[in-house]
Amino acid sequence: MTINLKVWKQKNAKTSGNLETYKVDQVSPDMSFLEMFDVLNEKLVQENKEPIAFDHDCREGICGMCSMYINGQPHGPLEGVTTCQLHMRTFKDGDTIVVEPWRSAAFPVIKDLVVDRTAFDRIIASGGFVSVNTGNAQDANNLAIGKDKADMAFAAAACIGCGACVAACKNASAMLFVSAKVSQLALLPQGQPERESRALNMVAQMDAEGFGACTNTGACAAECPKEISLDNIARLNREFLGASISSQEV
Amino acid sequence: MSWLTKTLTSSIGKKLLMALTGLFLCTFLVVHLIGNLQLFKNDGGYAFNNYAVFMTTFPVIKIVSYVNYALILFHAFWGLYITYKNRQARPIGYAVVKNSSSVFSRNMAILGTILLVYLVVHMSDFWYRYHNEALPYVKYTEQIASGNIETTPMEIGYTQEAKKVETVNEEAGTRTVIVKDLYNVVSFSFQNILLVLFYVLSMFAVAFHLFHGFQSAFQTLGWSHPKYTPLVKGLGVWVFAVLIPIGYAAMPLYFYFFK
Repeated sequence: MTINLKVWKQKNAKTSGNLETYKVDQVSPDMSFLEMFDVLNEKLVQENKEPIAFDHDCREGICGMCSMYINGQPHGPLEGVTTCQLHMRTFKDGDTIVVEPWRSAAFPVIKDLVVDRTAFDRIIASGGFVSVNTGNAQDANNLAIGKDKADMAFAAAACIGCGACVAACKNASAMLFVSAKVSQLALLPQGQPERESRALNMVAQMDAEGFGACTNTGACAAECPKEISLDNIARLNREFLGASISSQEV
Repeated sequence: MSWLTKTLTSSIGKKLLMALTGLFLCTFLVVHLIGNLQLFKNDGGYAFNNYAVFMTTFPVIKIVSYVNYALILFHAFWGLYITYKNRQARPIGYAVVKNSSSVFSRNMAILGTILLVYLVVHMSDFWYRYHNEALPYVKYTEQIASGNIETTPMEIGYTQEAKKVETVNEEAGTRTVIVKDLYNVVSFSFQNILLVLFYVLSMFAVAFHLFHGFQSAFQTLGWSHPKYTPLVKGLGVWVFAVLIPIGYAAMPLYFYFFK
């Protein structure tokens, strides 16, 4: 296959960037999208040109590092798939593919397709954890958790924090991410002691980072590679508004 | 900052205010539609004109209507403010965007702005003229025994202090009511095809706005449940995005084609 690429090139956070055109020959349909970039970068290095900077790590869809906005969609056209698991057989020979970085005031571009997602880390640090040491794994059923709750918590915990929700949202809102992180702990007994402060602090940090507000368009859940449900956003709204009303903090 | 301002100025709190005011405006749409259905009564506007007097004189209704105007303005400008803030969250846009959300959900501010323009026109067409202009008066003479109503327009230039003058003639067995003839103003206004078109198109904006807005308000309130969410979505689509806009659009069309 031959693939024409239009890739966002940007030297650093201070300069502005632009789309540059590349042609990649001899692309195998079985390559992943990132492997196609590896091939291109190898060629660029051999030609003494600057390779394209992009984020990647595990390449098996669980780390949340890859972050390309491909032809107008985060992680490309497939549903429930990260960029590393997107294969070139999804495209046709001769296709032109536009690849851009996540766009958000809270995710400044570091270089080319690499954006700074430490805003997510700061949101987690503001409350997305359980402070007490819960010890080793307990015997099954020592702590009674209903199957329905366990399943919902697990589905929320599937969030890999890649930021596709922010990239997809017209408001660059981080609500799906924050709601998944708040939900997974709000649904389980271990999360109860810090339930109120977690919702309040994580939302405050999310707002401070400069993400937009949620307008319930549903683009986030539609594009999420882990298919996190919009129900989590409703739950976050409940958790936050409930905590605002009932918390002892005046 | 007190906890309340902190809550209401957070991103979720801002949306909570949009949801609550929006749902209040939805209840207004229902009441306004039911009241205005009296336009379809074939009684020379007797029911409608009396209803207009009641709506503009009964103190509780007056208070609620001013609250309603305030909430419309709040909902409109707060929504525009949130939209402006949301745009700041993405200073550099994408070259290519393939949307996976509904076109209505992405354009609530544009639909809302159309509705605000519509409301200005609508209020100046009827509300402003009813309150501030010398409208024609009409006299209804009702045979108390039979309930027959005779409609006689008052001469041009007639005016009265009270909004409604009601006299009962016991000898003749009649009751006469003289009121401003808003019905006539409505009927006359909707002979203008451009105004009719504007009203009907605006009702499409209502439909599209509520198609997303009604269920979105419940989502913002945290109302998401396998039992009740389908009900909310069904109501939002079939009642608020279909039935109510059709009911409203039927009024200008009725006057244009049948009066």
